[in-house]
Amino acid sequence: MDFGSINPVILIASLMVAATPILLAAIGELVVEKAGVLNLGVEGMMITGAVAGFAVAVTTQNPYLGMLAAIVAGALVSMLFAVLTQILMANQVASGLALTLFGLGFSALLGQSYVGIVPPRTPKLDFGPLTDLPVVGPILFNHDILVYVSIALVAAVWYWLNYSRGGRVLRAVGENHDSAHALGYKVTRVRILSIAFGGACAGLGGAYLSLVRVPQWTEGMTAGAGWIALALVVFASWRPWRALAGAYLFGGIMVLQLNLQAAGFRIPVEYLAMSPYIITILVLVIMSSNRARRSMAAPGSLGRSFHAAG
Amino acid sequence: MKRRELLATSAAALGLAAVGTGARAQSPLKVGFVYIGPPGDFGYTYGHDQARLAAQEHFGSAVETSYVENVPEGPDAERIMTQMALSGADMIVATSFGYGPSLNAVAQRFPNIAFEHATGYLQEAPNVSLFSARFYEGRAVIGTIAGRMTTSNKIGYIASFPIPEVIRGINAAYIHAKKVNPDVELSVVWVFSWFDPAQEAAAAQALIEQGCDIIMQHTDSTAPLSVAQERGALTFGQASDMTQFAPDVHLTAIIDNWAPYYIERIQAKLDGTWAAENVWLGIGAGEVAFAPFNDRIPAEVQEEANALIEAIGSGAYHPFTGPLNKQDGSAWLAEGEIADDGTLLGMSFYVEGITGEIPG
Repeated sequence: MDFGSINPVILIASLMVAATPILLAAIGELVVEKAGVLNLGVEGMMITGAVAGFAVAVTTQNPYLGMLAAIVAGALVSMLFAVLTQILMANQVASGLALTLFGLGFSALLGQSYVGIVPPRTPKLDFGPLTDLPVVGPILFNHDILVYVSIALVAAVWYWLNYSRGGRVLRAVGENHDSAHALGYKVTRVRILSIAFGGACAGLGGAYLSLVRVPQWTEGMTAGAGWIALALVVFASWRPWRALAGAYLFGGIMVLQLNLQAAGFRIPVEYLAMSPYIITILVLVIMSSNRARRSMAAPGSLGRSFHAAG
Repeated sequence: MKRRELLATSAAALGLAAVGTGARAQSPLKVGFVYIGPPGDFGYTYGHDQARLAAQEHFGSAVETSYVENVPEGPDAERIMTQMALSGADMIVATSFGYGPSLNAVAQRFPNIAFEHATGYLQEAPNVSLFSARFYEGRAVIGTIAGRMTTSNKIGYIASFPIPEVIRGINAAYIHAKKVNPDVELSVVWVFSWFDPAQEAAAAQALIEQGCDIIMQHTDSTAPLSVAQERGALTFGQASDMTQFAPDVHLTAIIDNWAPYYIERIQAKLDGTWAAENVWLGIGAGEVAFAPFNDRIPAEVQEEANALIEAIGSGAYHPFTGPLNKQDGSAWLAEGEIADDGTLLGMSFYVEGITGEIPG
């Protein structure tokens, strides 16, 4: 077996597909965490989106309506978390975990009558002759719409966070909610809106799994993708483009290890499978040193409840 | 503790009283099923639930079945089985390997209830019976079909965990593909999960990229079938007929058919002849069955496969018959020698010709 039997062009094309669900969920969570909220319910929101998107797509026979439904469902279910943590001041870690458990159970209930059904196909975008170009064709011009949406979303979030007034307000809220409040920004409102955005993105990521990547509905089908997305946000040190790179790296490792196995390489599969998590742990360790922390820049108020005093 | 024992004894006493007065003839036999997954998984638990329904239909009002789904292995399983026992179950069927310790603990407290444990190995009470299926017989048949139908001579195999059950399946499939097609190569990809649709889909993609034109799987999701359908690779269903996920390329499926066994055992319990056993049944007992063959399989290959099913079913042929060597070339089975169940149950090696290593 030679290394040449793995076609790098197809490898890159398939890693982009493998990375899209975690990228969508991660970019949403990134905004949530930038606003100072730690929502560990990504997995629950993803799977809710997966089942809602699937159900609507099957009922209407339109995958795009399904994706829309997934966005709405993800945002709706994230509102549970928002009410608990922003209005009732519940602990964010516990509420997030509860949201994951709730999402897994709730989606199983909703999805019971959708098991074993084939969803309508999501077509690849038609770029005409561009698709037939060597190398760039398969990598850039032969995907379904969500792959492009996910990249566009990264660009939009990056621009919005850095160059718009709204993005700066959101970051101020995440860095120091007391100061932001003193300046007259609506901390709770900003946070609730960002939680909804995070839920919508996670829902869309889930729908990508159930409508494009797999495509079918089965209980627990996200199988930990939400947790990888959470790890990815830390790995990316809360920067959108790094989240994109990280998602493609994680997706790439997964696709590459399967390809290496299929090509007959003797590789320690277990180590490669755990490598995304190991990288994340390493990043956390490095982050915990003071000098590195300044450059990594976790939002200052991350995970802290805000209670307007006086 | 005290209360529990009291309940157990009174339940047992009630059971005896019922037998004594002949009330058993009127009240239906209660059979409780403990499932590891949801009946809607279209795989393993679905198979058990179909068998439960078949048994229910077979016995009609003489039997009353019920089930609890998604029962985790461990203390929860023990609690649920105890609850079933206390609410008057006469027979309890548990479907997963890991229920063993809980099931035996409950069985010891309720000696009048018949316990049936699928794929288990612990038998610490006289009322615990074990049963499993020889799925490798099915793998031998689909291996034969794959060997005949591959044009690239490369078969892909998506494997879950390196345990004897899975390794046995890989060996059985390879031996029989090789037998009809000496040029065949087998690529095994381990995904280290029973159920991870995204990972399984990616594994199928990777195998197809590597030139495999037939994909087999020993994982539970239907994701690899969807990929195969899209890419035009041939494939087989796992545990149930999965034709609807890949109508063009689904050649057949190995079906877990527990119904004959359940019906036989419930009948025995009704007759009062139930006794603990430890059985490993295959095609012959109807426990391993096949989905209808796809028309794409040429008639002569269908005939060959049917003949093999027939031979295995009648006991005339055993899929692990020598001469067979282990992967390292050392002798395993001599000409005409048949593997014993002990070796098969603990199988941890590839047969000669398979490339790659078993991880772990």
